[in-house]
Amino acid sequence: MSKILIGRYVPGNSLVYKMDPRGKLLVTILFIFIIFLANNWVTYAIITIFSFLAVAATKLKAKVFWDGVKPLIWLILFTSVLQLFFTTGGQIYWNWIIFTISSYGITNAIYIFIRFTLIILISTVMTVTTMPLEIADAMEWILTPLKYVKVPIDKIALVMSIALRFVPTLFDETLKIMNAQRSRGADFNNGGLIKRAKAITPLLVPLFINSLETAVDLSTAMESRGYRDGANRTRYRILKWSKYDLYELAYFIILVLLLLVFRTK
Amino acid sequence: MSIKFEKVSYTYFPGSPLEKKGLDNVSFKIKEGQFIAIIGHTGSGKSTLMQHFNALLKPSKGRIEIAGQTILPTTSNKNLKELRKHVSLVFQFPEAQLFENTVLDDIAFGPKNFGYSEQKAKEKAWTWLTRVGLPKSVANRSPFDLSGGQMRQVAIAGVMAYEPDILCLDEPAAGLDPRARKQMMGLFSKYQQEGHTVILVTHNMDDVANYANDVLVMESGKLIKHARPAEVFKDRPWLKEHYLEEPKASLFASKLTNFTFSNTPLTIKELVKGIENNLKE
Repeated sequence: MSKILIGRYVPGNSLVYKMDPRGKLLVTILFIFIIFLANNWVTYAIITIFSFLAVAATKLKAKVFWDGVKPLIWLILFTSVLQLFFTTGGQIYWNWIIFTISSYGITNAIYIFIRFTLIILISTVMTVTTMPLEIADAMEWILTPLKYVKVPIDKIALVMSIALRFVPTLFDETLKIMNAQRSRGADFNNGGLIKRAKAITPLLVPLFINSLETAVDLSTAMESRGYRDGANRTRYRILKWSKYDLYELAYFIILVLLLLVFRTK
Repeated sequence: MSIKFEKVSYTYFPGSPLEKKGLDNVSFKIKEGQFIAIIGHTGSGKSTLMQHFNALLKPSKGRIEIAGQTILPTTSNKNLKELRKHVSLVFQFPEAQLFENTVLDDIAFGPKNFGYSEQKAKEKAWTWLTRVGLPKSVANRSPFDLSGGQMRQVAIAGVMAYEPDILCLDEPAAGLDPRARKQMMGLFSKYQQEGHTVILVTHNMDDVANYANDVLVMESGKLIKHARPAEVFKDRPWLKEHYLEEPKASLFASKLTNFTFSNTPLTIKELVKGIENNLKE
């Protein structure tokens, strides 16, 4: 099964896993908007608590989420620090040329920090509990209305699914060819830039050839199993709404209502 | 010299939910200069084991001694070239590793990497081009213009051209026609007789019976038997229990219920002799 696991999906079996990918994707996108409803300490506390409960509901180790935040931690800190030094207003504590630390700056920096972190946490909740192919299906569903303006959603979705499906295959192939060339004395890790760029030829050429062959094989296989361009297709993975999606929706609505009630007008 | 595995374990994706044991406490000692076969089912750990021979994978626990070097979990990824010059791996479907403009350049890639001069590498390439059974006329053609079988030959020549002391092969004859298979196995057998070690990962029990003098049987990451082929194939119930096939010759002999064989024949030659003995009586 390890072959279908790509991206950041971590196998699990909690409530969040049972939710429909369409719901998860929509809620995640909407979350990015509603976070701007928070504008005081109470609302930020509410949205933080709701987010952490969502994280807890996945029943995954905290490390999974830390791994999601980690690569962006410097960006988050940098943005927060910018806010800290360049926002003026309220009481001013310190001033040096163009840098100011003010009470507004401090609260803004903290708000930005929380906002960023929560957005990353919530999108991590989605990406670790939803398989990439499911995300692709959900995106197709969300984009369906575009069909009426003659956007070939079916084809785009097919291309997307095929691309996702072949990421692990390509990855395996890369590893295999790297190992084969390493056995023949190729060195991918040492040497200067030019030497390394040269060392990559023995990897890229076989990989390209392999991908082209796979593509040809795949198209033959698809056609021989009846794939025709433009024909209506039934689907293998059928998405179904369940009671878990109602929970999710209720949870989200309660959050929005609380934010609306407690935010500073 | 010998190849020594001491309590070697290997874990894939340690610490993640996908954690899986590839090798589980594997210990053995094999003499160099032999023809060794590794058998077992898909997923039994054969390929994982093979990748330990030249440190493409390093043990999570335990130690390995091979070609005068020691591989430990802490062994650095640098300076493995010397080891890989002596211990080389041919993966399944090795034709996937071809990339050069001409057949000759592709064969010379390995030797050049391992410090042969341009001229010496070309010389070696010519030698092995003919030794694997390719016609001289293909030397300056693109490897991608050749047939599948010939591409395989080029890939194998590319590994044998720097004459590693220990040659490990993963199903080198898979998908070849019987004639090409026989020719290729003959090549490896000859290489071993010239004083090198050949390690063959295979599903083909006839190859094991015909060529190997030592067999490692893997199952679920564990080494479940290490013996000579005659020993391994003697115990029919044991083979059945582990879903292993027997060589055609011994299978044939087992159907000849009227005949008695002093030793279970493993090869066609032994089978013929056994039948002759029975007919004489």
